Amino acid sequence: MSLDVTAIRKDFPVLHRLIHDKPLVYLDSANTSQKPQVVIDALSNFMSHGYAPINRSAYQLAAEATDLFEGTRTALAKFINAPKAHEVIFTKNATEALNLVILSWGRANMKAGDTVLLTHMEHHANIVPWHMLVAERGIQLRWVPLTNDGQLDLTNLDSLLQGVKAFSFTAMSNVLGTINPVQQLCAAAHKAGAIAIVDACQSVPHQPTDVQAWGADFVTFSSHKMCGPSGVGVLWGREALLEALPPFLGGGNMIADVRLDGFTTAELPAKFEAGTPAIAEVIALGAAVSYLENLGMANIRRHEIEMSTYVLNSLTDRFGDDITIHGPTNPELRGATFSFAFRGIHPHDLSQVLDQANVCVRAGHHCAKPLMRILGANATARASFYLYNTQHEADMLADALDSASDIF
Amino acid sequence: MAGLEDLYREIILDHYRTPRNRGELDAPAVSAEGHNPLCGDEIRIFVDVRDGIVTDVRFNGSGCSISQSSASMMTSAIKGKPIDQVKAIVKKFKSMMTVDEDESPVDESLNLGDLEALQGVVKFPVRIKCATLGWNTLLDALTAAGQ
Repeated sequence: MSLDVTAIRKDFPVLHRLIHDKPLVYLDSANTSQKPQVVIDALSNFMSHGYAPINRSAYQLAAEATDLFEGTRTALAKFINAPKAHEVIFTKNATEALNLVILSWGRANMKAGDTVLLTHMEHHANIVPWHMLVAERGIQLRWVPLTNDGQLDLTNLDSLLQGVKAFSFTAMSNVLGTINPVQQLCAAAHKAGAIAIVDACQSVPHQPTDVQAWGADFVTFSSHKMCGPSGVGVLWGREALLEALPPFLGGGNMIADVRLDGFTTAELPAKFEAGTPAIAEVIALGAAVSYLENLGMANIRRHEIEMSTYVLNSLTDRFGDDITIHGPTNPELRGATFSFAFRGIHPHDLSQVLDQANVCVRAGHHCAKPLMRILGANATARASFYLYNTQHEADMLADALDSASDIF
Repeated sequence: MAGLEDLYREIILDHYRTPRNRGELDAPAVSAEGHNPLCGDEIRIFVDVRDGIVTDVRFNGSGCSISQSSASMMTSAIKGKPIDQVKAIVKKFKSMMTVDEDESPVDESLNLGDLEALQGVVKFPVRIKCATLGWNTLLDALTAAGQ
């Protein structure tokens, strides 16, 4: 079933905002997505009528809040096909979720000389914590290179994986849009005796997710890119691995007992949820999950393949060699996130000109400086499309790009 | 609404297309490197300070029209000037960009010349960091030169 984008757009109040009497063309969803009214209502209703602490008070208001909070956990487990709800851990964002896995697992399992395999298309959140372990533990990093069209070059994957303890990679590049063969990569990691950590920030909002079919060990993603509020990240991990993992942050909620001479940790998931979480935001994330499920993740993916096809064809037809779009040219192999260079105009200047037409794109290094160096750029402009974007908006992007040549 | 003509004045685009003092200087000149972590822009400023005078200055790196033209205009404005005057120009410029941090008075009589064209950047707050990148890096280079 194809998406009724006209109806979907009615669900997102901000898309009807006029700035300087012109409509908003929001093409920055890989950065953060807009929010549908049901999510805004869930946040507002809970704040207005249901706000209470979770997990620690006996009165009805608190019990209701706890049920709503845990309801999101259950819904998310179903959404990503996790075997058990208590394998879903809430963090403050996906970066914290990655840090939790990398630092806790790394400290418990890695010593000097141990090796981790990463890829050249990783976000800083899947690079810097490993660099921290390099400094702390003397571990070594190895990298999967890229092909010319921005896919992972898997020619030597098996030899790269030799002796590796963990393979940590993105499911979809936030710069190139490339969708990686997660199932194949997890299987290769396991064959080599490594665990597989998947940064799924860019993929979970845009396509169906099945962590069991992937065969992953840990998967991280964020609420705010999937129509939910900011302030919530998600870590899913296999139960046995989470049980074996030392706690990350210490404090309230994560303990079974605290004595003068030590502590014991709580059961999953509380073990990794120290302190008061983003209660209202987690509850509103539950509304986002329902919203996406009602539309159907497979339908959203199909819409984005259609958008990718249109964007790639229309921009290259119109601008030819004036535009360089990074990443795969086959829409089946990519998400609708396009980093590009245009007529030698610096991305910052380009985004400034686009802003005059309310076309919102990101300009910069996209928290992927190693990849930028490989692309030979300090920065790119990036237009990213989601379920509420239309072909007409892709045309408005093209018109606005064309106008940049009037200045530069 | 601030229009693009406030930002991309002709003199700015001229310095962007035809940068002045672009390049490097050999020792005994010293240099400093600056980054804009938001956008990945990089700049290196070389200064040759002799007898209290900035006898030569160059810049290289890559960045947007605002960061590059601002650096180009800066080099034109300070070349051959005594250190005290250079510092006064930096202070005046940063004050115009609304990012002057110390409390000493700004020399209001100082004429910034072409640099005044960058005044419009203030209407685009995100770009202030672009305009000041070269200037902050110059201060680091002057520190490296013992000034």
